[in-house]
Amino acid sequence: MKRLFLLALAFCSLAHAQQSTLDAVRARGTVACGTNTGLAGFSQPDSKGVWRGIDVDVCRAVAAAVFGDASKVRYVPATTQQRFTALQSGEVDLLSRNTTWSFSRDAGLGFNFTGVNFYDGQGFMVWKKLNVKSAKQLNGATICVQPGTTTELNLADYFRANRMTFKPVVIDKLEEVLNAYFAGRCDVFTTDMSGLVSVRGSRAPNAAEHVILPEIISKEPLGPLVRHGDDRWFDIVKWSLYAMIEAEELGLTSRNIDEQARTSKDPSVQRFVGASGDLGKMLGLDNRWAFNIVKQVGNYGESFEANLKPLGFERGQNALWKDGGLMYSPPIR
Amino acid sequence: MKKIGFQAAAIALALGFAWYLVANTVDNLAARNIASGFGFLGREAGFEIGETGGLAYGAADTYLRALAVGLGNTFRVAVLGIVGATVLGFLVGLGRLSENPLVRGATAAYVEFLRNTPLLVQLFFWYALITEAFPSPREALSPLPGVFLSNRGIFFPLPGSWPVLEGFNFSGGGHLSPEFAALLAGLVLYTATYIAEIVRAGILSVPKGQLEAARALGLERRPTLRHVVLPHALRVIVPPLSSQYLNLVKNSSLAVAIGYPDFVSVANTAINQTGQAIEGVALIMAVYLTISLALSALMNWCNARLLARG
Ligand SMILES: N[C@@H](CCC(=O)N[C@@H](CS)C(=O)NCC(=O)O)C(=O)O
Repeated sequence: MKRLFLLALAFCSLAHAQQSTLDAVRARGTVACGTNTGLAGFSQPDSKGVWRGIDVDVCRAVAAAVFGDASKVRYVPATTQQRFTALQSGEVDLLSRNTTWSFSRDAGLGFNFTGVNFYDGQGFMVWKKLNVKSAKQLNGATICVQPGTTTELNLADYFRANRMTFKPVVIDKLEEVLNAYFAGRCDVFTTDMSGLVSVRGSRAPNAAEHVILPEIISKEPLGPLVRHGDDRWFDIVKWSLYAMIEAEELGLTSRNIDEQARTSKDPSVQRFVGASGDLGKMLGLDNRWAFNIVKQVGNYGESFEANLKPLGFERGQNALWKDGGLMYSPPIR
Repeated sequence: MKKIGFQAAAIALALGFAWYLVANTVDNLAARNIASGFGFLGREAGFEIGETGGLAYGAADTYLRALAVGLGNTFRVAVLGIVGATVLGFLVGLGRLSENPLVRGATAAYVEFLRNTPLLVQLFFWYALITEAFPSPREALSPLPGVFLSNRGIFFPLPGSWPVLEGFNFSGGGHLSPEFAALLAGLVLYTATYIAEIVRAGILSVPKGQLEAARALGLERRPTLRHVVLPHALRVIVPPLSSQYLNLVKNSSLAVAIGYPDFVSVANTAINQTGQAIEGVALIMAVYLTISLALSALMNWCNARLLARG
């Protein structure tokens, strides 16, 4: 609610002369990054309170590009309901929070998606004791879901298309909606497959009591997004993510990039680390922007290994295009 | 004359400022490519709502209809909540003045305890209690034939319709969902503590002489209460009651937290799916303002009648 009023205020504000996001970020000294309230592998504080996950790594990459210091991020956790107003109102500079790139969000909510850092799809998790083998058997089920998600809409579509009915239980906070599911209030919990795997692995009192059904009912390309109206900032966030993907393709890692920067004769590597050309300047950043990202955050593959592998994720669709996946950076040149 | 001039200038200034804000907002929304206007109300909502309180609704219906369902749900819980809180509040208020120390102690403990914990925490408590303590539908408790208690709520028979276990859940009969039950219980138990205090204060405000006169006339305790004390006390009780009723209505918007699809919950979803936060918030404010004004008018009318009876 408070956010909504902030939003209203922001729109009504007399500040017509808008400061660029990059200037505001520099003046503040941190990147304000909207994250999940806690989704293992994507964005969640660890036991020491340090935020970790592949979505968090995008925030850190942007900070590394802008400040040369990946730690200069202020994390702003937002629920499914709060996330868009947080971005619209300027409370955060970008949202990196397992958010699906969809037409209406891109065209209607005033956002620009800057790319995809995880290709996903929606699935169902069911109590094993119910002996359900397929989503087609879910007629009449009670289904727990978070509001304001693409999940909520796909769910209704899927049941309509298959001439089935269901009862939704819609709760805003992930914590509370999971409590309701694990207490048995719902037969089914539905969200992105990544969310299901993460939640079953990290939140279920007993993971063996739940099965994830084979059906994937939607496309959920998850990626970072920024507000409309600041192309420079859009470019910075977009290329920070692509730098991570391109680094993997070039074989640059946090461990070898120092050495590669010194010894590699490959012109793409030289451009990437800022030894030749002036790509950084074109973004209004230091020429070592991409070097700093890889040195401090790592390439996309490293981020995946560190954050998602331990939870049992396979690369699958999220492998590089040359390995049969969908991860593809436009040329950084 | 001069005064009028000043006032006109002030009003013109305020209107000008309001106009400026609105124009600016519309400009900014357009600049950022955020849709605006109420056109979305006629579009397909695309999401389901867990309980519709008898209104026909499906994902293919419009946002307007979805919001109407939410409003109906708000009304349902608010009306039952007001009735329940009033009845319980009066009983507890009387209990606090009882001659029986046990009743006095118990009611005092109840009032102090529930009034001093946040309502949201209480709602989570009732909701967790219902969903955790009751078994799954397949192992539902059946205290009476046709009545089934489970973590899906209470199913009970209606004339011509008996609940039966079918697939995942019961179907047929009447149904109270855990979300509704938890919200209603929370609102009633919480608001009743305030009403009890109002009732107690109202009764204590009745002059002793009235009671003595009643006793002198040989009236028993109960008729004294009904015919002497309450009519006097009500005049003190009714005005502050309205603000408790208003609080109850506003507090019912905590529903979002435990999954009851009240008006705010549905409006929030609409805001999120359409991105039209300003319109959504305006609708929420308009609805609560209307309810509040209507409720105040009703209570004023009530009060006027009470006073007229003399
Ligand atoms: N990708 C979907 C759903 C993403 C989503 O928010 N999923 C939930 C369930 S895993 C979540 O992250 N909740 C955490 C929270 O509310 O903080 C969308 O963008 O609408």
